[in-house]
Amino acid sequence: MDPKERMKIPRQPMPEQDPKERVSNFYEVPHGYTPELAMEEAKRCIQCKKPLCVAGCPVNIDIPWFIRLVAEGKFVEAARKIKETNGLPAVCGRVCPQEDQCEKVCVIAKKVEPVAIGRLERFVADYEREHDEVTIPDIPPWTGKKVAIIGSGPAGLTVAGDLVKKGHRVTIFEALHKPGGVLVYGIPEFRLPKKIVEAEVDYLRRMGVEIECNAVIGKLETVDELLSNGYDAVFIGTGAGLPYFMNIPGENLVGVYSANEFLTRINLMRAYLFPEYDTPVLKGKRVVVVGGGNTAMDAARTAIRLCPEEVKIVYRRSREEMPARIEEIHHGEEEGIKFELLTNPLRFIGDEEGRLRAAECIRMELGEPDESGRRRPVPMKGSEFTIDCDVAIIAIGNGPNPLIPHTTPELKLTKWGNIVVDQETGRTSKKGVFAGGDIVRGGSTVILAMGDGRTAANSIHEYLTTGKW
Amino acid sequence: MFEIVEKRELAHRVCLFRIRAPLIARKRRAGQFIILRINEHGERIPLTIADSDSEEGTITIIVQEVGKTTSVLCSLKAGDRLLDVVGPLGKPTHIENYGTAVCVGGGIGCAVTYPIAKALKETGTHVISIMGARTKNLLILEEEMRSVSDELFIATDDGSYGHHGFVTAVLEELIGEGRKIDVVIAVGPVPMMKAVSSVTRTNGIYTMASLNPIMVDGTGMCGACRVTVDGQTKFVCVDGPEFDAHQVDFDELIRRNRTYLKEERIAMEELTYHEGPRCYEKKGV
Ligand SMILES: Cc1cc2nc3c(=O)[nH]c(=O)nc-3n(C[C@H](O)[C@H](O)[C@H](O)COP(=O)(O)OP(=O)(O)OC[C@H]3O[C@@H](n4cnc5c(N)ncnc54)[C@H](O)[C@@H]3O)c2cc1C
Ligand SMILES: Cc1cc2nc3c(=O)[nH]c(=O)nc-3n(C[C@H](O)[C@H](O)[C@H](O)COP(=O)(O)OP(=O)(O)OC[C@H]3O[C@@H](n4cnc5c(N)ncnc54)[C@H](O)[C@@H]3O)c2cc1C
Ligand code: SF4
Ligand code: SF4
Ligand code: FES
Repeated sequence: MDPKERMKIPRQPMPEQDPKERVSNFYEVPHGYTPELAMEEAKRCIQCKKPLCVAGCPVNIDIPWFIRLVAEGKFVEAARKIKETNGLPAVCGRVCPQEDQCEKVCVIAKKVEPVAIGRLERFVADYEREHDEVTIPDIPPWTGKKVAIIGSGPAGLTVAGDLVKKGHRVTIFEALHKPGGVLVYGIPEFRLPKKIVEAEVDYLRRMGVEIECNAVIGKLETVDELLSNGYDAVFIGTGAGLPYFMNIPGENLVGVYSANEFLTRINLMRAYLFPEYDTPVLKGKRVVVVGGGNTAMDAARTAIRLCPEEVKIVYRRSREEMPARIEEIHHGEEEGIKFELLTNPLRFIGDEEGRLRAAECIRMELGEPDESGRRRPVPMKGSEFTIDCDVAIIAIGNGPNPLIPHTTPELKLTKWGNIVVDQETGRTSKKGVFAGGDIVRGGSTVILAMGDGRTAANSIHEYLTTGKW
Repeated sequence: MFEIVEKRELAHRVCLFRIRAPLIARKRRAGQFIILRINEHGERIPLTIADSDSEEGTITIIVQEVGKTTSVLCSLKAGDRLLDVVGPLGKPTHIENYGTAVCVGGGIGCAVTYPIAKALKETGTHVISIMGARTKNLLILEEEMRSVSDELFIATDDGSYGHHGFVTAVLEELIGEGRKIDVVIAVGPVPMMKAVSSVTRTNGIYTMASLNPIMVDGTGMCGACRVTVDGQTKFVCVDGPEFDAHQVDFDELIRRNRTYLKEERIAMEELTYHEGPRCYEKKGV
């Protein structure tokens, strides 16, 4: 087939659950490609000599190569090709913002829709897992070195996988009772089924990675204690787990949640299955979600599945500025989520029992661009109005959790409290200690956290073999 | 899995457990707590570490049955295992020789004042303890408290033992006698802490309260445990659990602790429905 013919094939849609059905369940929304759809979509790739897509992927997956394998029906080989550079393809294929990364720069995107790289990645990873084709690589003999990894999010999991394959002994310490970080407590089941994360974690365990849950480093043991108790290096991948609030009146009323709390109750603690599971959550009749990012969309789409009368997203800028993925906004709209754009809450109003009753808001207009290059929202005088609500979810971002920095004074921090590292190596200011992911970057993405993990694993390996800092 | 090595009933619906958790036992200090989850369907609940034995590798918790999780917990026996125990969480109590300290423990709060009184006693602080309970057979840890206190007062609401009345009456009496008190530590039901706090505020005595909001993770990640202290929002699990009582918005804490009243009732109904009349209902009064 010549490129012209290939580009005539339309981008293959991914079958998904009907919105009417899915708003009352937590099953995954898209069903994924069938082998036929995947092979058809793979044909659309023109196999560029200079594949821009590869440069658009933070971990530089050999995209044309794996897509060619898909087109030939060699799905398992394709999965293995991806795994050379990306340890969590079933996760990334689902949650990567592909439209801003690999697919954004896909060469054919100039003329037609880009190749559905993410969907293909997801398909081959699922295929490999569902057909029991996942194989455990040979693990070299123990080097005699031990590494402690703090946090089991995508950054920590990546470091663990890379280092164990190089023959080091690896222990992950995780504060919560389940490993996975945001992948288990934040991103909802309908976007990333927890069994996929479990399978990835299980794979690491089979390679010999030890995982200690219920271990809050900084409390149970400090970084210094880990280093003096037999660990030769430490990686800090503790994420951005400190929810920001708006500091407006009424924020501590009953019914006002941080997105972290709301999502943790539902994802990690399974409050949507209450009382079968013991953890409760307020479902609400009218729910307001404040924010415009992925977290806000996840909170809103989760809230609507608890069957309230109404879920509204309140965001202070306009739709164009919403940082959430377009696909997620689209999914949310289909599910019936309403948007109050260019609107900002001023205060929450409660009843005499301290329960949330309404949010007083003000309309905004866009002024001059700010540091982020986006036009700054400014309040319009006299435009105050109230939205009735009994649950409000604050999803305006997270800061770095200070537990480890506070107990490890030698770590250099930014003024926001993020750990400072050398970009090329992931080294912190403390010998033998590396860091990556959201604790370094602030809120970012799964794939960038994994990229940091890869970088750190390489330099940890170098440090362990040469002893040089 | 965390094994229960000993279980004892201290009073009606109050049980003591010693749990094998060697790392926590080695690290914990007075004032800190754990979060546990009994089984896969369970809720995460915070409980104070009342004592520990680092040689034996155990921690002691004292639990009052108030809802589903604490009831299920109190139905467990020695040899049973808990799925998850995480800790030690929270900041340890600031312990120094204060001169004279009054430890006020109401009900299950005595489980929290006990380790604090013990640590204070070791610094040479003169420890006066006031223990309160609704009625005599709800009083816990009397012997233990006696062993770490220089003076001990008991108050019961119904007068069945010790002073007839509230702990605040005993405290006011001490203050009225002109006793020099350098610090008061108050732990118990929120209304009790609020009452103690208003007594000491008028007398200008520095007072610490150990707060018990609803929690989820216990690491500062969710914000469920937020309280207002001196007009600012604090997370009790990482900034506390102890705060300057005179600055705490107790009314807000009371309201926030009532968030799930309806759900708590449903959970208890489920429990009795599924498991029939349970042992805790038959347990000796
Ligand atoms: C709701 C939500 C939706 C998102 N959606 C997307 C998306 O669609 N696509 C995307 O690319 N990105 C998304 N992100 C961002 C992405 O999840 C994060 O950038 C990524 O998970 C960061 O990975 P990490 O490994 O640095 O940390 P995390 O995933 O945050 O994991 C950190 C882990 O460390 C543990 N920990 C913290 N402190 C300690 C301690 N002291 N001791 C032991 N363990 C500790 C935590 O419990 C946690 O498990 C989303 C984020 C949220 C919150
Ligand atoms: C830092 C900290 C230390 C604690 N230490 C102890 C301890 O040593 N021993 C002990 O018995 N309890 C302690 N608690 C309280 C304990 O966590 C709660 O009793 C428990 O979570 C109730 O769970 P449940 O499912 O049995 O009851 P639920 O069904 O959740 O609640 C039943 C009733 O109990 C009350 N309640 C609910 N949550 C709390 C709470 N957080 N604090 C106080 N009352 C509550 C309410 O009146 C509620 O209606 C502590 C709490 C905190 C935050
Ligand atoms: S990992 Fe993400 S950016 Fe890279 S190819 Fe896959 S979907 Fe694209
Ligand atoms: S840029 Fe697009 S068409 Fe070119 S190799 Fe990559 S995926 Fe294929
Ligand atoms: S319990 Fe989650 S922040 Fe304190």
